Amino acid sequence: MDTVAAEGLLSSAWLVVALPLAGAAVLLLGGRRTDRWGHLLGTATVVVAFVVGLLCTVQLAGSDQRSVDVDLFTFVSAGSLDVQAGLLVDPLSATFVLLITGVGALIHVYSIGYMAHDPRRRRFFAYLNLFVAAMLLLVLGDNYVALYVGWEGVGLASYLLIAFWHERPAAATAAKKAFIMNRVGDVGLALAIFVMFAQLGTVSYEGVFGGVGALAGGTVTAIGLLLLLGACGKSGQFPLQAWLPDAMEGPTPVSALIHAATMVTAGVYLIARSAPIYDLTPTARTVVLAVGAVTLLIGAIAGCAYDDIKKVLAYSTVSQIGYMFLAVGLGPVGYAAGIAHLLTHGFFKAGLFLGAGSVMHAMDDQVDMRRFGGLARELPVTFVTFGLGYLALIGFPFLSGYWTKDAIIEAALDRGGTSGWLLGAVAVVGAGLTAFYMTRLMLMTFLGRPRWTDDVHPHESPSVMTAPMVVLSIGSVAAGFLLVNLFPLDEWLAPVFGAPEEAAHVVAPAVVGIVVTAVMLVGVLAAWLFVGRREIPVVAPSRVSPVTRAARKALYADTVNESLFMRPGQWLTRALVWVDNRGVDGAVNGLAATLGGSSSRLGRAQTGFVRSYALGMLGGAVLVAGALLAVTAG
Amino acid sequence: MTLTYYLVLAAILFTIGAVGVLVRRNAIVVFMCVELMLNSVNLTLVTFARATGTVDGQIMAFFVMVVAAAEVVVGLAIIMSIYRTRRSASVDDANLLKY
Amino acid sequence: MSGSLLLLAMLVVPAVGAAGVAALPRANAALARQVTLGVSLVVLLLAVLATVAFDPGGERFQLTTSTPWIPGFGVDFALGVDGIALVMLLLVGVLVPVVVLASWRDVPPGRRSMRAFWAWLLLLEACMVGVFAATDVFLFYVFFEAMLVPMYFIVGSFGGPRRQYAAVKFFLYSLVGGLIMLAAVIGLYVVSESAGEGTFAFEALRDLDIDPGVQRLLFLGFFIAFAIKAPLVPFHTWLPDAGAEAPIGGSVLLVGVLDKVGTFGFLRYCLPLFPDASREFAPYVLALAVAGVLYAALLAMGQSDMKRLVSYTSIAHFGFIALGVFAFTTEAGTGAVLYMVNHGIATGLLFLVVGMLIARGGSRLVGDYGGVASAAPKLAGVFLVAGLASLALPGTNSFVSEFLVLIGSFPTRPVYTVLATVGIVLAALYVLLLYQRTMHGPPRGVLVDTGDDAGDGAAAPAGGGHGSPIGGGHGATAATATLTAPAPARAVMRVRDLSRREVAVVAPLVALIVVLGVYPQPLIRLIEPAVAATMSDVGADPAGTTPATSPEGTD
Repeated sequence: MDTVAAEGLLSSAWLVVALPLAGAAVLLLGGRRTDRWGHLLGTATVVVAFVVGLLCTVQLAGSDQRSVDVDLFTFVSAGSLDVQAGLLVDPLSATFVLLITGVGALIHVYSIGYMAHDPRRRRFFAYLNLFVAAMLLLVLGDNYVALYVGWEGVGLASYLLIAFWHERPAAATAAKKAFIMNRVGDVGLALAIFVMFAQLGTVSYEGVFGGVGALAGGTVTAIGLLLLLGACGKSGQFPLQAWLPDAMEGPTPVSALIHAATMVTAGVYLIARSAPIYDLTPTARTVVLAVGAVTLLIGAIAGCAYDDIKKVLAYSTVSQIGYMFLAVGLGPVGYAAGIAHLLTHGFFKAGLFLGAGSVMHAMDDQVDMRRFGGLARELPVTFVTFGLGYLALIGFPFLSGYWTKDAIIEAALDRGGTSGWLLGAVAVVGAGLTAFYMTRLMLMTFLGRPRWTDDVHPHESPSVMTAPMVVLSIGSVAAGFLLVNLFPLDEWLAPVFGAPEEAAHVVAPAVVGIVVTAVMLVGVLAAWLFVGRREIPVVAPSRVSPVTRAARKALYADTVNESLFMRPGQWLTRALVWVDNRGVDGAVNGLAATLGGSSSRLGRAQTGFVRSYALGMLGGAVLVAGALLAVTAG
Repeated sequence: MTLTYYLVLAAILFTIGAVGVLVRRNAIVVFMCVELMLNSVNLTLVTFARATGTVDGQIMAFFVMVVAAAEVVVGLAIIMSIYRTRRSASVDDANLLKY
Repeated sequence: MSGSLLLLAMLVVPAVGAAGVAALPRANAALARQVTLGVSLVVLLLAVLATVAFDPGGERFQLTTSTPWIPGFGVDFALGVDGIALVMLLLVGVLVPVVVLASWRDVPPGRRSMRAFWAWLLLLEACMVGVFAATDVFLFYVFFEAMLVPMYFIVGSFGGPRRQYAAVKFFLYSLVGGLIMLAAVIGLYVVSESAGEGTFAFEALRDLDIDPGVQRLLFLGFFIAFAIKAPLVPFHTWLPDAGAEAPIGGSVLLVGVLDKVGTFGFLRYCLPLFPDASREFAPYVLALAVAGVLYAALLAMGQSDMKRLVSYTSIAHFGFIALGVFAFTTEAGTGAVLYMVNHGIATGLLFLVVGMLIARGGSRLVGDYGGVASAAPKLAGVFLVAGLASLALPGTNSFVSEFLVLIGSFPTRPVYTVLATVGIVLAALYVLLLYQRTMHGPPRGVLVDTGDDAGDGAAAPAGGGHGSPIGGGHGATAATATLTAPAPARAVMRVRDLSRREVAVVAPLVALIVVLGVYPQPLIRLIEPAVAATMSDVGADPAGTTPATSPEGTD
């Protein structure tokens, strides 16, 4: 893959990042003056960025050079370290740019309506713009440091947006938790960059991918695992998944944009982008597979037990990203499949979240599904768009999820051997669970009899909110077919991942399709049996099986984190404070006290009696005279 | 030699003075004992000046006398004021200046 | 003006200014601070001029001037700067006017007069300029100790309730270190005398070949003084007290500049003068540095006093700087120097904002605040920027320096670096904990107005107007409803947001944080040659840590 300097429109690709950043700056610094039109400016910058991104992509598609570097300025150059601020436009980053700006623009539009009554709407748009800028930098950077800058930048935006209603302690705590757990992952990413620099002397993609082949296998595996740690933090994968459901404390458009469609998929991007590294280290790839498979199940199981509509969707996101990790962990056969699922997931999950937001908007911001029911009639547009997203997610035949999820399951089975069957089985079971919890969500929310609290009067959302939902639902329906059959994504991404090869299928694709569909239908049926045909109690039953109890606690992830890290950490902190005050400072103060004490004790010799002083003087004089005599005489 | 007599006398005077300072409480007596010691030193100085045939010791003795005169003035004034405030001339009663 | 006079002017102007301010009539308080501000701005201008006159690619020491001072002992009044000293002078130049403006309305405790404060401040500035600009070891020592005097009075006369204790502690700690250093300075002279001509000139001393045993002792003499000054764990306990009790302006200069003399001393004196001893002791110093990073970060989390907390974060940051200095690579050294500057700006800002908060609430305790963000968004925003710069978020200046330190240390000292990298998680923890406790949540603490008229809507963020999503707004989930415990309905916080003067105080620092975070290369260009020269003194490869398998070109 040769990278050339940018020309034409591509040389202004930096505008894609700069526009939202400028928007954020204007809105944050402008203060109240910009209150009236702030949301419009915020939306406009993202829309224009989308247009610029689209034009860039068109130019890229039209030229032979599929990898274009836009060098901006020298960021840091000291000793042998040289980090350039540069952008890399290639099929992979262009795809992400379109996803981020496209879905981002839609969610900006939606937010105009959703946040209409919030006195701090301007600031909300500023943060959203900041997020879009950081995310674009993340995917467009041409070296790992630029990626890292964007990586932590989205972490900041995520923090600000989760804590947007910071008067609520839960929101503030969730934001902090998200940032800290992300930082744990960031340590991995940072260390990976350090190793690259120490071993290769460079941090640019070009240099690293060019030189990584010469490194020892263990070093490459170390880099791969460290990158994976970073990816796990950002993407809410096991063992760093616990922050993502809590992040739902943020406003719903935030959940849709950041915690479903874009930011949390950055981990998948990182692994896909680092494909040349992972290609060399089967060990690290195996760990990626394991992480993906475990998370897929954890997310799906927890999703079955929650009653909070946004948390169910959040665990669904965790689970779906598990699929993506599984795909990219498979190596060259899976990269394109993973990215394809990432894109379709971006459409339908964003649509689902916006739908959930619309439901909450109608229900006075309640999120407890046990208090919903029968909303299909009151919210027809929401119901239809949400329903299409639902069908796409569970993999209803010929909708988006069907194409991309099946591709992943096929790729897993094609791996062959025990591990292939195991991974395939996990993925199929995950599909069944997905169908179960999503059907449960649909049944509890839109169907059945209303179980509303007394004071709610559901009403359909304004068109500024429903329009983006409609667009996204069209995407949920069509994107999969388009990306797999009409404009094959694997061919478009071939310059990055290598040409797609026709794998020898272990199981015929048609069989896989039928099996997955059957399992999906079993899941739907089970949901109807457990939830749909009986009355749903408005209070969650407390006498439940241990399995349900564990699922309600998300398999005790928080409990483990608290008892393993938080409490010992607090204990350690308290102990160290004591040590510092009593031990270290105590030693110093003790020394001072000893000196002071001994001097006051010596001071007792000053009795105030003149005659004893005189005796002292005489004694001293005798002593001196004696000494003199002894010296001169001796 | 006759020098020895003078020195022995000076030593005896000095010892009397020193013991007086240590054992007597009356400020006036202590004061006079101090004078006795000073003068015994003067005697020694003059003796050695005579013995070495120089005037250094005699000059030094004059210095001591001048200082002693000044000291008498200041010292008596202090004793007077102590006596006025405390109605006592005992040095042990003036022990405020301590730790 | 010839370049050589610039440094002298930077030294003389604030010193004369200090005398002038002290001589002003007592009645006219406003005049004193105006004069102080003017003088400090002149120094800033001189610092900028010096930067313009400085040629990064030229001689190591530039703008030099030297006059014999005590010829009998070879002491010269010699000034000059390399890139490292120059950026520190710039930092001094920037911070002092900011501090003056920040202390503009301070009321001194007791019957003291602010005029004295301004005079001490200017005298301190003169000493700080001197300590960085001196190229004669004896002159450096004189300024090093002289610096204590104004700081002692600033802490001891104008500080908080335990100012006497803190000031004496600060003074004694520094004095002990300083006296040990004095012995080493004299030892250095003796060594130079026995090698030929006795001198204190830095350049001449650098060329000496000192016996390893003597080097070790002299290194320790300097090191202990600088380790106390910096401070490194376990010599650090004076800083939380002094930082907490000093008036805010004093804290900013204490942590922002004064302590940098320690790390500056490592780089300027320990490494070039005693290269063998430096290499020998490096593992121990690195252990102290990394221990400091982790230990102080954990302690910061456990503090209830905001100013103490910020002081502890500084100790953690000094650990990073020491790591960078003693990793002996050009990248890490450059990062360490950049860190000194950036830390001065970032922690300076953090101290200033904390001070503004304390000025409003009258308490230094974290627990006395809560929910300030909704009532004073600008204050909270600046607080967050300062906090993020403290935790070295990319896009802020500290990131560049921390990243350089760590990536530069990793090739030579991987274990220490990995341990220090864990510190970035702890940094995030202590900053965000502080921010959450003071700024987030429902209005709470000393700023809450408990008057009868509480609850009238205008300023009430949580007052729950119609359609306001905050009181029980969008997304109040069932799971969290129980956590949103104390009904925030009637609590009203009356707190002034940043005034125009306060905005003027923080704006330059915020701007620097962002600009140096995005485009740090101009500063790096100043610093790198000097660091590379230092690294070649200590025997490391000045070109950097080029690995064996380096591929063609980087980027």
